Amino acid sequence: MAKILMKGNDAVIRGAVLSGCRMYFGYPITPASEIAEAAANYIPKVGGTFLQAESEVAAINMVYGAASGGMRVMTASSSPGISLKQEGVSYAAGAELPCVIVDIMRGGPGLGNIAPEQGDYNQIVKGGGHGNYKCPVLAPNSGQEMCDLTRMAFDIAEKYRTPVYVLADGYTGQMMEPVEFGEPLTKFPRQDWAVYGDAVSKHNLISSIYLDPEELEEHNLKLQKKYQEIEKNELRYEEFMLDDTDYVVMGFGIVSRILKTVVEKLREDGMKIGLLRPITLFPFPKGKIADLSERVKKFLVVEMNNGQMVDDVRLAVMGKCPVEFYGRMGGVVPSMTELYEKAKQLADSTN
Amino acid sequence: MGKKILDKPFVKVEPELCKGCGLCIDACPTEVLKFHTKFNSKGYHYAFYLGDNCTGCGVCFYACPEPEAIVVYKKGYEYTGEEVA
Amino acid sequence: MASKVLQKANSFYDQYFRNPSADKKMPHYCPGCGHGNVHKFIAEALDDFEVADKTIFISPVGCSVFAYYYFDTGNIQAAHGRAPAVATGIKRAHPHSIVISYQGDGDLAAIGTAEILHAANRGENITVFFINNAIYGMTGGQMAPTTLIEQRTTTSPRGRNPHNEGYPVKVAELISQLQAPVYVERVALFDNKQRAKARIAVRKAIKNQVENLGFSLVEILSPCPSGWKMDPVDSMKWIRDVMLPQFPLGVYKDLTKEVKPYEVPEFAPSAKEIKELIDIVPDSNKKFKKSKVIEKYINPEIKVAGFGGQGVLLLGAALAQAGMLEDYHVSWLPSYGPEMRGGTANCHVNVRNIPVGSPVVSNPTVLIALNRPSLEKFEQDVEKDGLIIFDSSLIDLDVKRKDVEALPLPATQLADKLGNTRTANMITLAAYAAYTGLFSKETLYETLKTAIKRRVLIDINKKAIDVGYEFGLTHRKN
Repeated sequence: MAKILMKGNDAVIRGAVLSGCRMYFGYPITPASEIAEAAANYIPKVGGTFLQAESEVAAINMVYGAASGGMRVMTASSSPGISLKQEGVSYAAGAELPCVIVDIMRGGPGLGNIAPEQGDYNQIVKGGGHGNYKCPVLAPNSGQEMCDLTRMAFDIAEKYRTPVYVLADGYTGQMMEPVEFGEPLTKFPRQDWAVYGDAVSKHNLISSIYLDPEELEEHNLKLQKKYQEIEKNELRYEEFMLDDTDYVVMGFGIVSRILKTVVEKLREDGMKIGLLRPITLFPFPKGKIADLSERVKKFLVVEMNNGQMVDDVRLAVMGKCPVEFYGRMGGVVPSMTELYEKAKQLADSTN
Repeated sequence: MGKKILDKPFVKVEPELCKGCGLCIDACPTEVLKFHTKFNSKGYHYAFYLGDNCTGCGVCFYACPEPEAIVVYKKGYEYTGEEVA
Repeated sequence: MASKVLQKANSFYDQYFRNPSADKKMPHYCPGCGHGNVHKFIAEALDDFEVADKTIFISPVGCSVFAYYYFDTGNIQAAHGRAPAVATGIKRAHPHSIVISYQGDGDLAAIGTAEILHAANRGENITVFFINNAIYGMTGGQMAPTTLIEQRTTTSPRGRNPHNEGYPVKVAELISQLQAPVYVERVALFDNKQRAKARIAVRKAIKNQVENLGFSLVEILSPCPSGWKMDPVDSMKWIRDVMLPQFPLGVYKDLTKEVKPYEVPEFAPSAKEIKELIDIVPDSNKKFKKSKVIEKYINPEIKVAGFGGQGVLLLGAALAQAGMLEDYHVSWLPSYGPEMRGGTANCHVNVRNIPVGSPVVSNPTVLIALNRPSLEKFEQDVEKDGLIIFDSSLIDLDVKRKDVEALPLPATQLADKLGNTRTANMITLAAYAAYTGLFSKETLYETLKTAIKRRVLIDINKKAIDVGYEFGLTHRKN
């Protein structure tokens, strides 16, 4: 099928509908409102429900309710809205409910601004709400991935019974690129744990309560085991020019796009440099990073935040080689020239 | 084994499921329920039926917060013997 | 027809197997607690209406957090105050189900105020039971939003003071002011007559949902002997003597005779229908061969700038669309963030032979400036040997830099001549395409199918492309 030029935010909803999502509960916030608008337009057309909730908190709890019913359901917001949703995400993780949450990050802390930042890495990748949970996190960097990773998020959510995040920035949401769409899913298997309002499912209970400490520990151990499975099966990353490389640059989302151009230019200059882009932030490509740290001279991690993913890179590198960080905050997107200079300096300081 | 028809209403309090709140005793218009002097295994003075004059009005059933501490058998109830024993 | 026996409802589990306590027959509530009575009314109604199988019971946070121990229905436990939102989600997921949101006063009237108000206001077809006992029971007797003036609790030890904590929240009154709810009543449990009324109200609220009539809420003044530190019989007197004057009983709203049942229509489109409905069937399946681009204009990084209303973003999008039709890798990014100041609009477009790395165009190789501020602002950013196309009918100055190529284009004037000023952007698009050889005229015509949503405007825009293309070709330098 031919491609269609489309904004990332619009592609998210197309991917969701194709994956069988028929329920969307959300609250308007810049720069994620376009996702709600697309959902409001398209989801009712295919027989689904779009509901603008009274708050982010209500929206995520509506998601909790619909997910309890075995439906493919989603919400989307931007950083301050995601902070509000964290209570509900913790409950959904505890009750093992599949759902998809899209975060189009903006500048923080507080009200911050509406420019693209990546300051939500820690709150999204490390759990975010209370308790011992993590959510798989997919970080698209193109319009095509906004569609495909949203679609994949529903599959992962259902497979492991967990909330899954799609973590993107304002640029990836606003950008139009050609997107190719697959075939829609039209048949949805019944989930044997869900509550359908019928005799077969009426013995099911959706709850995150385990009063007895030992039972709760057991439940937590089960969750941890699930996260290990996810780490084993769902890791995704992109390698670019890493085979013979001396230097590795890392970034996710829009930053990785800029870094790719930087790598291309520096390769033209003769520098042995490559890009490692995590597509999943949890699971994180720590094995790949550890392998690289055995043979490369240096890492440079670029983020649009105060240095959040770099902590995970350093944990994986385990001191085997230097890891430098370059960050811009407040919604300032680093320019190609800026990153080109920064990456070029890697060689200066090593030799 | 023929069915019998209850000819006078009857209230049964299950001692082990009674929390001794006394709401049934307070509610009963004919004052046929009373706290027992004995305790049940939970340590509550449970209510019991004095054995006569129940009208089967059912107000004790709805006054009682417990799902199955009280059963009220009304006049005309068909029984086999066991439950009304 | 009245039953000859009053006994435990079938909608209760026979054994409360989820209760970790050794005793699987006795509920966890304190002696004399009103939750038990309301549970009995609900279970009896579910039996009588034969709906237990399709009922989904939402347990809140509060003493009734474990209501799922008891009801032999589908069960969902919700976060504090969120039961109406969870109920909304599950009811929308399964409209045929009977959804009961059961909440206490802290849950419903404090932390969950927004959720209940809006679920009611949407007229969700759910049933809400609101247990008002003027205290937080589960956490050990703290002040509730419904605690009475001067009532002592562990967090209002000198009595509730309206200057500090405000007045009791009157939920039935509040909810009944909304347009959507069909039935709102306040009942009490303090004597036989009131319990009978409460029982009837519970049944009616459930029946309304069975009949798809809409949102029902029953507020129940209910005893909490432990929290009030009273014996159960005295608690009943306290409801009657102290609570009642503050919380008058009665039907606050009843539209059940007036409203019509509403059933959610079902629709499950086929794969083909879905693709059409969500607009992912391309406007064009045509593929165009890449045009012969003049060497220096290959892989352009374009910035288009002008004022809002000039069709700046559309011009950029058309460039990307044309690129896509000729099988280039393209990206389009609107002005965003700090750049978005001063009423100017701009966008960044890449048309590349290889995948687009950064979509951000900080130093364009092509600047298309449609007004003077845009030219002034971005001229300095253009790459050396880059191309600046500007609307010379609106911009009364020339490009200052000598190390770039400038193409003055009287786009607005040409558009006016065509009879539609708004076609200036398409004239500019075509002039640029022809001047650089980037796109064929056929590609641009095809682009219009996507770019121009109003079909009646296609013809005039086609003419605009002819005019622009002609201009571009005649001004070619190479």
